[in-house]
Amino acid sequence: MKQTSKEFSITSRSKHWVHLWHGFLSDKIAVMSLLIFAFYCLISLAAPLIAPFDVRDPNFMDLENSEIAPYWIDGDSRFLLGTDGQGRDLLSVILYGTRLSLTIGIFAVLIQGVLGICIGLMSGYFGGRLDNFLMRCADVQLSFSNMMVAIIVMALFQTIFGIASYQHLAMYMLILVIGLAEWPLFARTVRASVLSEKQKEYIDAARIMGIGSGRIMFKHILPNTVSPLLVIFTIQIANAIIAEAALSFLGLGMPVTQPSLGSLISSGFNYMFAGAWWICVIPSITLIVLILVMNLLGDWLRDHLNPKVYKD
Amino acid sequence: MDLLDVRNLNVNFQLKREDLAALIDINFSLKHGERIAFVGESGAGKSILGFSIVNLISRPGYIKSGSIKLNGNELSHLSNRQMRHIRGKRIAMIFQDPMMTLNPVLTVGEQMVEAIRSHTDLRKKEAKNLAIAKLAQVQIASPENRFNQYPHELSGGMRQRVIIAIALLLKPDIIIADEPTTALDVTIQAEILELLKHICDDNNVALILISHDLGVVSRVAERTIVMYAGRIVEQGPTLEIINDPQHPYTQGLLNALPQMSLPGHRLNQIEGAMPSLNDRPKGCAFHTRCPYVMDKCKQKQPDSLYNGVSHVACFMVEDMMKEISDESYDFDEGDGPDNGAYLLSISQQKGDV
Amino acid sequence: MFRFLIRRFIQALIVMIVISIISFLVQGRLGDPVHQMVGQSVTLEERKQIRDELGLNDSLFDQYIRFAKKAVRGDLGVSYYYKEPALDVILRKLPATLELSFSAIVLIIIIAIPCGVIAAIKPKSILARTLMFFSTIGLSVPIFIIAIFLVYFFSVEWQIAPSFGRGETEVIFSFWETGFTTWDGIKHLFLPSLSLALALMPLFVRLIRSEMMEVLQSEYIKFAWAKGLSPMRIYFIHALKNTLLPIITVAGIQTGTLVAYTILTETIFQWPGMGFLFWDAISRVDTPLISAYLMVVGAMFVITNTLVDLIYGLVNPTVRLSSHGL
Repeated sequence: MKQTSKEFSITSRSKHWVHLWHGFLSDKIAVMSLLIFAFYCLISLAAPLIAPFDVRDPNFMDLENSEIAPYWIDGDSRFLLGTDGQGRDLLSVILYGTRLSLTIGIFAVLIQGVLGICIGLMSGYFGGRLDNFLMRCADVQLSFSNMMVAIIVMALFQTIFGIASYQHLAMYMLILVIGLAEWPLFARTVRASVLSEKQKEYIDAARIMGIGSGRIMFKHILPNTVSPLLVIFTIQIANAIIAEAALSFLGLGMPVTQPSLGSLISSGFNYMFAGAWWICVIPSITLIVLILVMNLLGDWLRDHLNPKVYKD
Repeated sequence: MDLLDVRNLNVNFQLKREDLAALIDINFSLKHGERIAFVGESGAGKSILGFSIVNLISRPGYIKSGSIKLNGNELSHLSNRQMRHIRGKRIAMIFQDPMMTLNPVLTVGEQMVEAIRSHTDLRKKEAKNLAIAKLAQVQIASPENRFNQYPHELSGGMRQRVIIAIALLLKPDIIIADEPTTALDVTIQAEILELLKHICDDNNVALILISHDLGVVSRVAERTIVMYAGRIVEQGPTLEIINDPQHPYTQGLLNALPQMSLPGHRLNQIEGAMPSLNDRPKGCAFHTRCPYVMDKCKQKQPDSLYNGVSHVACFMVEDMMKEISDESYDFDEGDGPDNGAYLLSISQQKGDV
Repeated sequence: MFRFLIRRFIQALIVMIVISIISFLVQGRLGDPVHQMVGQSVTLEERKQIRDELGLNDSLFDQYIRFAKKAVRGDLGVSYYYKEPALDVILRKLPATLELSFSAIVLIIIIAIPCGVIAAIKPKSILARTLMFFSTIGLSVPIFIIAIFLVYFFSVEWQIAPSFGRGETEVIFSFWETGFTTWDGIKHLFLPSLSLALALMPLFVRLIRSEMMEVLQSEYIKFAWAKGLSPMRIYFIHALKNTLLPIITVAGIQTGTLVAYTILTETIFQWPGMGFLFWDAISRVDTPLISAYLMVVGAMFVITNTLVDLIYGLVNPTVRLSSHGL
């Protein structure tokens, strides 16, 4: 009996995803977004292989080459997208910068997700006082925006450890700070799903059969929250990348020696009005397009999976 | 002249790939102060009919053809701006769920005064007095206090009274009440129905009651129209419909009433479900559930015929009439669009409908 | 109402205590205050003596109590850089930040509400699609890029508006330095407030649109149509009022984002407000100023959230303030 109902739910679930995939393929904007996102992932992964220069090479910075305009203006075929103020090849730094931004974004959201899902599952499944307490924490945490918390924490961190040791830890700190800040979004959504799943008979059945609560939560309840989580995941990665860029722009994120897209834009800002617009504009466009496709994908998922994502 | 005259009304839903018929060839008329009812299962098109009279069908729906005349003036061609002067003023509506019908962030008074002021030149003070008078008329105690309250401070029955008062504000000719008691407690249902009936009588307002419940209908309506899958299958005096239903569907509806089945027996539900808009069968739409189904039922839609008391669209009834073959029955085998109108016009001359 | 205020007050107190502990830790633990005070020319013996005098060898708890007592009296320490009470420095910069935020909020309200409503009323019209297109793009452009491009076009290319500073200001009520009263001040306000507004606007346009579309499906809106009301009244009174309820809550939550964004905007435009001051304080490791900033922002935060809850209670009749809150 249990076997058949489980089989049924699996086939209908996979049917649902197949149907969704067909719908996805017929939406040009969504397909384009996914392709562009895949392209970003690919160049991030392959950055060390395809970048024309090795950013870790001490000879990479060469002030003699500084502020060379992109190839189509200057005709210098060594630097396709020109060079920045320190004479670094812009294409290479952007490739590495994208890699860094994406890495920080994805890992930060993974932390958010793991934290939020565990807290949400516990809160929804056990209920009572624990639930009350955790959700109160979520409220408070949410009301302090992640950007504000991140700016303050990173500022304190920088003052405590000093700039030098800070530079080594910057990436891990960024992942941690952005990751810890927005778990409530995941927690609330998972909790809501748990509460509605808990009503259903199969959970009772599983409990009566003596299946442990951890197993029930992860094997039976969690799969039903996949679609709302997917939406939050996509949009949160976009938000995390924005947060990282903002922190780096303020000088609280990645240092100039290890630039992410945000720090590239920040250092390009100074050259913007001196005529070397490409140092600022090209990384900006790279960042905007990346965030835009993530948002478009998130929108598409939200419209088509139609999950109950908490708005606030 | 009839107050409201609906002729060959067709309402469709324009979807991406297909144009689905929601109402097909609806014909009926309503006299001043008359109370009629539309009954049928949910999905029969009763509510859509109510909304199409005031041209408020929600988006993919539209009036495909036909005429709706109020005092001889065509309504279906009016612009939205012109229609606004009909809605609320000449034809008022009462909705199903009083909990959802009133705006939660505006006081009862605001929602009444705005209705008055958008149709008349009354000043605020006068509008308020009028509103309070109407609240009193629907038997709300201490109407001055209720006037300043928000909907959530009132009970369901009280809210439905407020809605009836709003419907009455501008002395409309017609009130369309769409399942006005379905969402209420059984004890309050009877009160609200009585109130509605008296209010209509006292103010000479015609009532179009939309309900799935023949029990409710029989208490209020003088004439009953039974709908099935977007068509009118039977219409006649309520007493006749209840005591001597002709159409198998009407018979089924009556048998399904709790008071009709013997104690200890199951309710006699009609087998099966009403076909949805996109898979309406060929011929008579009821043939899939009809106990008396014949071959021609599956081929052709029966015409609505007048048997001297009611109008019925059913081949079985038609055959019986033919068998009796009495001169006193009128029927016409032509199936042009004017057929129903022709038959109705005879019935109106007889003046007993 | 009274009970609501009491509850709200207790909640605010807890938040403030937490923030003050953080501030205390920042001030006490970061850097060596003795070093900051006397430099390096003092012997270890003398240092120890100064530490004792300052009470730095007392238990953390005692030190915190002392810190909190001083904080209640408005003493948040002395800025290393400005050599004057940190609170005074911050309060002097407060008007600039508040005026900037206020202008941005006004811009958001007068632009986002009509845009969201239009996009919801006729979701398939070209105007609505254009609005949604731009709001999706806007959502994807970080605030500092918006600011950079505004400066580039408005200040460098077209030279319409100045790109840094507050311009000419006047002192009103003998303590408030305002830029609203002079034309130069308003010109300087233009770009910073616009970029702050543009950064938060897309979120609100999209939110208002989706809430409004949901409200327009409701029974009470259908009933309003059936009453023969004018479309204006239905959209802007019946629907908008219900739409704004959830928006108010979101707006409250966005206060934190607004604070973060003022830091970014003020840094880019060198707007002499609290955010710019904070950024400066970080680069100068001016710990008393950093901790004072945290306290002031925390207090403002609590006040705004209380105000938002009060407004919500006033707009939404189904919430009785006495039963609302924590």
